[in-house]
Amino acid sequence: MTAFLDSIGYNGWILPALLGLPLVGALALFLQGATAGDAPDHQAHAAAHAGAAMKSSRSLALAFFIAEAVLSLGLWWSVDVASPDWQSRVDLAWIPQWGARFTVGLDGISLMLVLLTTLLMPLAVLGGWTAIREKTASYYALLLILTTGMLGVFVALDLVLFYVMWEVMLIPMYLIIGIWGGQRRLYASLKFFLYTMIGSLLMLVAIIWLGLEAGRGGTPNFSYDVVLNMTRTGEVGGTLWLFIAFAVAFAVKVPMWPFHTWLPDAHVEAPTAGSVILAAIMLKMGTFGFVRFAVPLFPEVAMHPTVRTVMLVLAVVGIVYGALVALVQPDFKKLVAYSSVSHLGFVMLGIFAMTVESMQGALMVTISHGISTGALFLLIGMIYERRHTRLIEDFGGIAKVMPIFAVCLTVVSLSSIGVPGTNGFIGEFLVLVGSFKTQPYYAVIAATSVIFSAAYLLWAVQRIIYNPLVKPENLALKGMDLNWREIGLLAPLLLGILWLGVYPKPVLAKTEAAAVRMVKEVEAGRMNPIRLGAVER
Amino acid sequence: MSHDLLIPSQLMSALLPDLILMGGAMVLMLLAAWKPDSAEHQRTVGIGAMALIVVTIAAVVYMASSGASAATNGPIAVDGFRWVVDIVILLAALGTIALAVEHNVREGITQGEAHVLVLFATAGMMILAAGRDLMVVFLGIEIMSVAVYVLAGLNRRSPRAAEASLKYFLLGAFATGFLLYGIALVYGATGATQFTAIGESIRLHELYEHPMLWIGMGLMLIGLGFKVAAAPFHMWAPDVYDGAPTPITAFMAAAVKAAAFATFLRLWYESFYYTLDAWIQPVWWLAVVTMLVGNLVALAQQNIKRMLAYSSIVHSGYLLVAVAASTALASTAFLFYVFAYTLATFGAFAVVATLQRNDDRPPMIADYEGLWHTRPWLAVAMAVFLLSLLGFPVFGGVGFFAKWYLLQAALQSHVGLASLAVILVVTSVISAGYYLQVVRVMFMKDRPAGAAEPAPMGALTRLVLGTAAVLILGFGLFPSQLVRASRTGSFTPYPYSPALGVGVPAPLR
Repeated sequence: MTAFLDSIGYNGWILPALLGLPLVGALALFLQGATAGDAPDHQAHAAAHAGAAMKSSRSLALAFFIAEAVLSLGLWWSVDVASPDWQSRVDLAWIPQWGARFTVGLDGISLMLVLLTTLLMPLAVLGGWTAIREKTASYYALLLILTTGMLGVFVALDLVLFYVMWEVMLIPMYLIIGIWGGQRRLYASLKFFLYTMIGSLLMLVAIIWLGLEAGRGGTPNFSYDVVLNMTRTGEVGGTLWLFIAFAVAFAVKVPMWPFHTWLPDAHVEAPTAGSVILAAIMLKMGTFGFVRFAVPLFPEVAMHPTVRTVMLVLAVVGIVYGALVALVQPDFKKLVAYSSVSHLGFVMLGIFAMTVESMQGALMVTISHGISTGALFLLIGMIYERRHTRLIEDFGGIAKVMPIFAVCLTVVSLSSIGVPGTNGFIGEFLVLVGSFKTQPYYAVIAATSVIFSAAYLLWAVQRIIYNPLVKPENLALKGMDLNWREIGLLAPLLLGILWLGVYPKPVLAKTEAAAVRMVKEVEAGRMNPIRLGAVER
Repeated sequence: MSHDLLIPSQLMSALLPDLILMGGAMVLMLLAAWKPDSAEHQRTVGIGAMALIVVTIAAVVYMASSGASAATNGPIAVDGFRWVVDIVILLAALGTIALAVEHNVREGITQGEAHVLVLFATAGMMILAAGRDLMVVFLGIEIMSVAVYVLAGLNRRSPRAAEASLKYFLLGAFATGFLLYGIALVYGATGATQFTAIGESIRLHELYEHPMLWIGMGLMLIGLGFKVAAAPFHMWAPDVYDGAPTPITAFMAAAVKAAAFATFLRLWYESFYYTLDAWIQPVWWLAVVTMLVGNLVALAQQNIKRMLAYSSIVHSGYLLVAVAASTALASTAFLFYVFAYTLATFGAFAVVATLQRNDDRPPMIADYEGLWHTRPWLAVAMAVFLLSLLGFPVFGGVGFFAKWYLLQAALQSHVGLASLAVILVVTSVISAGYYLQVVRVMFMKDRPAGAAEPAPMGALTRLVLGTAAVLILGFGLFPSQLVRASRTGSFTPYPYSPALGVGVPAPLR
């Protein structure tokens, strides 16, 4: 396989291709939407016309997403995770006067996130296959642009490119929530946008500052490697402020308590695909930001006892708070949203505990949360399409009328709880083991959430699929069990849950080298002096 | 070629584009009076005016590429900064006339002289961009302002336009008084009206803390602050912008501001660089107050023209950051920003102009509800312009890089403006509130039942809109050509002038 990939020069073009293909798709859809846009006057005609437009645009979009996923698969073989160099690196001139370049590359960590993104996107599209009926071309075009933005964040090795990609995702998601969302979509979309933007604008100042420092009075330099070298030798001023600027941007995205309040609103109001993408991929950009930027660039600040304590406390508060609030949610989608706060707290705990095991665990939670929460949102979307409610108390006894749905929901819930044998267990266990070494108290508190998560999810599952089947609306669901499309899109996720739960080694092996390297570098840099003001030169 | 401005023929050649424009404007004035007012005739005059502007742009490009220069002590600057500002102003004038040709007919304004007035105002602005002498600056400001006062009240049947014109005239005259008094005091303190001579005089006679000079600078700051609509001297802007015909509003928001800022920047860099300690605090506060007031008040606007007026006030605040930064880089960033801002402002006002109804009702944001469903491309274009004003990457195109450049200038300045950079980004978050409000109304609301179908767009309006959007998005992905162009206009704030027998100035303490 590697030989074949080399023979087609795969490493030389794959990342630009992955970033460009969705844009081509978006353009195609826009053109298709523009040509098919003028609906005929007749009411009946218009409906048929819209139906045809919907079908053609969603197939076209799916084709692009599948092509993207297939293209990206080669990365599994082509990326040499043991190498300390960036893989599949491409470096092109962009804005020479400002020292901004188009530099992209991968390591073991970003590899897994890229694959998570490309493989999950087709499933997210299939999840909203029949639910999106209006303006379908624009909807799928925005999803495609969003994909470019997300992949760009994971692969960018230039701070300007990173920032641009980071912001690019905002508008499509804002529009997806605001146009195709639920009842309170206007409120939720604006809140989502403003929270993220407030967080990231200070990061903009920090990035420019870093670039200017790296340029040393000449042309600024925004290359990640150059900036990393500079901060590692302790030659940059104002590191505390820089860390805060980066950390706030990422903490909002994760979201860490107390910056999480946009998340339940956005998740609940977004259409199914939006929720899946938000939970499975976009939240991970926050934790990825810590792993790639905030912590390695400023190890002395991140590992300073006070800062570390603050971050660990926030992480643990998030874990426990998210779980407790999830316990009392009447709305199933909101329950899952709060469970994300809890799970992402684990990731943050793992990152700031800073041992190889906890880092690996954090990455594992990142991926398995993407799979199980993505699957949960898909399942919620499926039942919502049938019952038009998400309130847990409206359901009951669904297992009797929709047995396949019930099985899927149970398996996915167990994985989200972290039952041994599912993917959720591996990540949380590694985080707890790893952080127990350096931060035993926090680990003990975090461990309690395993009980809470069992409580809120099992209780909810019981109320939805077990309890007596009495409500006539639920009785009417008989014969409306999952169809082949839905089974087909859930099957890869269920397989992933079991595979990673039983045999996680391939994934852990991919991320190990990067995690080891990062922990070593951070440990080496933690004794640098923290600077508040500029460095005199 | 180098110009000696004391020789009349060389002075003429240094003023070549300005003379072409003014001479052509006179001819067009006669042409406009040739026939009785009619829609066709004003169109003819408008097209003639556009052709004249294109010729002038060609002359500017010729002057810029021929490497024309002159000693720094003349009354007229012959440098890249002037040419870049000229191009921005001329492009704005071109857009204004293109919009006005179609818009004026709908509003019942059939006088061809309206376009000629735009040309006169443009000539005044070009003098401002070139002026390196307080007398020349005053001349430029007056030529520009008198024409714009009339333009604001162009629609004689509209009481709101009359109010706008009168208000602008009275307050403008008042502000000019400040400016003139300031000029007099600065002349009294330094004995010079030429920019560089003022700077040299301050340095030679150590006038750093001369009270008369300080009062003069303060009065000029107020006068120029009025012209660029910086808070707290901005009160006129929303009313005038709202009442004036929309193409003229775009002209005021883009070109008037660019010209006034150009002379502001040049004067402050060349004359008052040595008294930086005296003015940096006031300018810092002026910038902060402008950003805060503009953004906060814009949030409360229901009328889209008033909202855009406050947004243009906000952008004055951002541009003041470039004035405060006092570096060559800041002058480049200023030019880049002005260009990006002009494109976005023009686009936004062009959309407003097309959607305006013929009755004298103010254009409300609520009128844009569900625009995406009836005019998808127009809604997308408007979103691009607003996101560009917001400074959002990719979707807002070049607006993001403009803000980026400005932040870079602020952070790299020796004056120490990191705090101002932070305030800039924090206040620009507030601006997301009102720019997104329009995006939200356009895309996320349904078209209200019974809402009138927007009138069809004219070809010229389409052209303006399309060009602005394409340029914004194109430069938003690949800005490096634009950076290169802006760099040709950069100039250092050191008034170093061997002609006056003055050595290299001592670095700032």
